[in-house]
Amino acid sequence: MNIFNMTIHELHNALKGKQISSVEATAAMLERIESVEPQVGSFITVTPEKALVAAESADQRIARGECHLMTGIPMAIKDIFLTEGILTTCGSRILNNFIPPYSAASWEKLRDRGAVLLGKLNQDEFAMGSSNESSAYGTTRNPWDLSRIPGGSSGGSAAAVAASQAIATLGTDTGGSIRQPASHCGCVGLKPTYGRVSRYGVIAYASSLDQVGPLTRDVADCAVMLEAIAGHDPKDSTSVDTPVPNYSATLKNGVKGLKIGLPKEYFIDGLDPDVQVAMDAAIETYRRLGAEFVEISLPHTDYAVATYYLIATAEASSNLARYDGVRFGHRAEADGLLDMYTKSRSEGFGAEVKRRIMLGTYALSSGYYDAYYVKAQKVRTLIMNDFIRAFADVDVMLTPVAPTPAFKIGEKINDPLQMYLSDIFTIPVNLAGTCAMSLPAGFSTTGLPIGLQLIGKPFGEEALLQAGYAFEQATEWHIRKATI
Amino acid sequence: MKITVADVEHVARLARLELNLGEKELFAGQMDAILGYVEKLNGVNTEGIVPTSHAVPMENAFREDITKSSIGLEKALANAPDRSGSFFAVPKVIE
Repeated sequence: MNIFNMTIHELHNALKGKQISSVEATAAMLERIESVEPQVGSFITVTPEKALVAAESADQRIARGECHLMTGIPMAIKDIFLTEGILTTCGSRILNNFIPPYSAASWEKLRDRGAVLLGKLNQDEFAMGSSNESSAYGTTRNPWDLSRIPGGSSGGSAAAVAASQAIATLGTDTGGSIRQPASHCGCVGLKPTYGRVSRYGVIAYASSLDQVGPLTRDVADCAVMLEAIAGHDPKDSTSVDTPVPNYSATLKNGVKGLKIGLPKEYFIDGLDPDVQVAMDAAIETYRRLGAEFVEISLPHTDYAVATYYLIATAEASSNLARYDGVRFGHRAEADGLLDMYTKSRSEGFGAEVKRRIMLGTYALSSGYYDAYYVKAQKVRTLIMNDFIRAFADVDVMLTPVAPTPAFKIGEKINDPLQMYLSDIFTIPVNLAGTCAMSLPAGFSTTGLPIGLQLIGKPFGEEALLQAGYAFEQATEWHIRKATI
Repeated sequence: MKITVADVEHVARLARLELNLGEKELFAGQMDAILGYVEKLNGVNTEGIVPTSHAVPMENAFREDITKSSIGLEKALANAPDRSGSFFAVPKVIE
């Protein structure tokens, strides 16, 4: 088997058994990146020299008998994570020269366990987008069909796993930005419960919604990554001090008697027929495995996208006020301070970021604050209550991730509202703050991956991973590889 | 409601953004469509509903008041577009 197609657990066994070294694995990954990167464009920055140094030190650790599951594993992370001494752009021109003075907590946890960083992955600018087309560093292409989008905003994170450019990756999810690209690229993607993983050192988009999570080849790897990054961090006051379960230990518990809810609002007429077929087959698989299905209702689903685009843009307009050309990032030539702020921002931000800052500023502006922002916060409460009520009767929920498989590059770029509506099934989870996972669940008649979403209770990642693992053992969708 | 170019100019000023005429016209149309879409929230009865600013209910996260070392001057200034000694330099504020 090619090294670059291995899972974390396969490569870990090979490293531990000394059949292969981390330097060899890392070199193989770098070679793979070089050969497919011109077609896919998953990376903004590749760091070959640093990667080989890290791999060498991982090999020394392994030789000393210190072999954590992540030790020596070559991986890559979204460019939204601060990495000390390594360019971090967040997909934006305004940060085209930004070398962070410290690293994100989630990446540090992986690095301390000996993970090897191959580079920083492409993304929509400031994580604002569903297609990776808003990156200032070129659009990432879907490895399954290069004329299509990989999804977004963690498009590079999903494409790199699908194109075998990294064993696993980290992404962030504010309205579906891990799950939707995972679905479009045929990998596993988990958005943990808000507060489960530290956001320290993650460039902020919408702080009450942003969460860090893994994108991997299979569910077992997802459990390994979550175990490594989860936990309380005193530097993130919104991270929750709840013990981190040993997710890998309970993976194989099965789904016999598991109560799975089917929210009727997610199985709508507009659903792509291929997606419907995949959902029907997944339900059948779970039934065969002994799970029970319950029809449930999340009555405020239809209001989620509108709620999200007020709350997320309002938070973004405030978070992105820090990009003013004073302390870091792009500074424009200007006459006076105000002119410097305005010119630096106008030159540095792309169209989608400007649009969202404008929308958020409008929603927060005098005279509109109550009608838009506070109204959206109230509807958010109703959306959360929908989930609380529904979870009284079921253990997890099963839904599609996206209404269609990956769309064509350019197809929705001129119609932001249509683009926003493609996140209709992932956004409610962020508003409710709970966890959800995307799993490979089939292919369209045209050969594009289709993902299945499992939604869990707050801090219910264990049940999600168990249900995901059982599905994966019963199906072979996750084994199929993009021919690139 | 209809978002005009004048509305866009007002919001752009608040957001410290400078837009050309093409961008202003484009954003007026797009913001109008998006804000028109979010009007659907007016159909939801939210009387007596408490707004949610945060999904995880938590009080202030306190810690012990202990002095710790910071990243230091040189690291903090390393990305400065312009510096003057130990300060970030900016264009003159008062003439």
